[in-house]
Amino acid sequence: MAEPLVALRGLTVDFDTGKRVIRALHGIDLDVAKGEAVGLVGESGCGKSVTWLAALGLLGKQAHVGGEVRIEGDNLVGAPVATLERVRGRRIAMIFQDPSSSLNPVHRIGRQLGEALTLHRGLTGASAAAEAQRLLDRVGIADAARRLGDYPHELSGGMNQRVMIAIALSGQPDLLVADEPTTALDATIQAQILELLGEIRRETGMALVLISHDLGVVAENTDRVCVMYAGRIVEDAPIATIFGGASHPYTRGLLAALPELEGPRRRLVPIAGVVPEPWNLPSGCSFAPRCERVIADCERAPPASEFLTPDHRVACIRAGA
Amino acid sequence: MTALLEVSGLARQFRVRRGAWPFGRSATLHAVDGVSFEIEAGRTLGLVGESGCGKSTTARLVLGLTQASRGEVRIGGEKLPPTGSAPWRAMRQRMQMVYQDPLSALDRRVRVGRQVMEPLAIHGIGASGERREKAVAMMEAVGLAPHHFERFPHELSGGQRQRIVLARALIVDPQLLVCDEPISALDVSIQAQVVNLLLDLQARLGLAYLFISHDLRMVRQVSHEVAVMYLGRIVEQGDPDQLFATPAHPYTRALVSAIPVPNRGARRRLVLAGEPPNPVDRPAGCAFHPRCPFAVARCRAEIPELRTLADGRRAACHLVEELPQSWAA
Repeated sequence: MAEPLVALRGLTVDFDTGKRVIRALHGIDLDVAKGEAVGLVGESGCGKSVTWLAALGLLGKQAHVGGEVRIEGDNLVGAPVATLERVRGRRIAMIFQDPSSSLNPVHRIGRQLGEALTLHRGLTGASAAAEAQRLLDRVGIADAARRLGDYPHELSGGMNQRVMIAIALSGQPDLLVADEPTTALDATIQAQILELLGEIRRETGMALVLISHDLGVVAENTDRVCVMYAGRIVEDAPIATIFGGASHPYTRGLLAALPELEGPRRRLVPIAGVVPEPWNLPSGCSFAPRCERVIADCERAPPASEFLTPDHRVACIRAGA
Repeated sequence: MTALLEVSGLARQFRVRRGAWPFGRSATLHAVDGVSFEIEAGRTLGLVGESGCGKSTTARLVLGLTQASRGEVRIGGEKLPPTGSAPWRAMRQRMQMVYQDPLSALDRRVRVGRQVMEPLAIHGIGASGERREKAVAMMEAVGLAPHHFERFPHELSGGQRQRIVLARALIVDPQLLVCDEPISALDVSIQAQVVNLLLDLQARLGLAYLFISHDLRMVRQVSHEVAVMYLGRIVEQGDPDQLFATPAHPYTRALVSAIPVPNRGARRRLVLAGEPPNPVDRPAGCAFHPRCPFAVARCRAEIPELRTLADGRRAACHLVEELPQSWAA
């Protein structure tokens, strides 16, 4: 197998609240190959966003990050700022859920795009302006030359997300991490943005990590999905495997809780209980208290991740049973 | 038999100012523009559409929380009294509202049990000892334990908070529950719990629901009938299975095809160009025509009426019979 573009190894995050230390990530192992699209799915608080904020050193001082984040020989964990800045935006770019709070409200779109172009590609003046216009055009903003002079509040949510994508593309990254990029948008606009991301990927061969709570969104836009629960990846498999033969009871639970769009209406099967608090995790498998297939051994220790097939990995001692 | 809720020709305009004060010109925003529907006891009407289409204003108009500019609302055949009047307050007992974000719908400094009891005091139902008993029983009915009575909202999970909001709405024995995005703020595994609870309560108490959501899968799961809104008007209305399997109106087609599905197969997606226009600048003719891939000259001039089609559903589109059958065009 080829060397992955980015490899996370045993990534952990501890938040120091001053009173106690809370572990939010319990050792994430994840490879993203060149040009691959990987989905990261899970409910709020499962650590899907924290994983990539930690990988890029964006978490601030209260967070202690452990493990390794390797990109072409560099380890980003504990790396000097200079190394991080060489990677952020240029190798790995990130876009977030709420585009209007990611953009600076008091600067024009053109200036914000120009800033990224200067920072990542050393473009200034007319060449930066021309490239900014090309990028806005690329992300499907009509009348790009005039829009460069607009402020974020003059654009709609969907348009602002396109601007964010343009800024992310300005560094010509190898990997785009999109954290719930369409959650704040309406259904028809969500379809437009996801279509745009797909197009850009086909054109540039950029890899994509799509973080979402929506299994459907991930299924349509990625090749592989990692399901996260309480700070761990519990299942990692190609889309078809997840929808055809998911192994982890949590993944199965998520699928059963989703209503169908066609066919007979069946009663939804909810997952009983609630997600445990990160400071109050069970000693064994974090999912055990909500799991239908729980046995005594589940409560002994957190299950290790095992490969069922070369591309299907599950952290459940009952996966084969 | 008359339906529990009858809404006819309901409309609401807002005066707004375009541009910065004091220079802006005054303009009229038609938030809801002639909406009619009925809901019978024990049944659910799902209302779908994108933000700004007037779904939430419709909900507020139905309850009289916002005064209607035109049209009328009847509950059990009786006309909704003027907002704020004594008969309106009395009638509000029969119709309750559930909002999207349970944390902001609850008072953070009051124990949840007291909040569940409060509507009984407002409507003067029962003696204070009975009220507590009734509240505990109602909390059990929505799947909470008696020990939750003394908790504060922040001590409960999102799903439990939404159950408290439901208990508070149901304690006065309403006939109609208006649910405005009741599960959107909840996680997937919890959404299923709350939806099942809503269905169980409906079966047991014979409640009618006006269920507003942007999640079409969930709407199909709970609704007996679905209405799709675009810029203040209903553009398609009918049986959920029929409407989602073979949407007729081009906007419904786009909404349905925008739902991500694991196996798209041969079905193509209809991705709309552009965004919903500002309701102040409502396009002439069919409001959807600037985004509609099928629009012809007539669509720009003439507002299509919501009319009944051969298969029983209703749609507001001049071309609906002539459009290609395949649902994503």
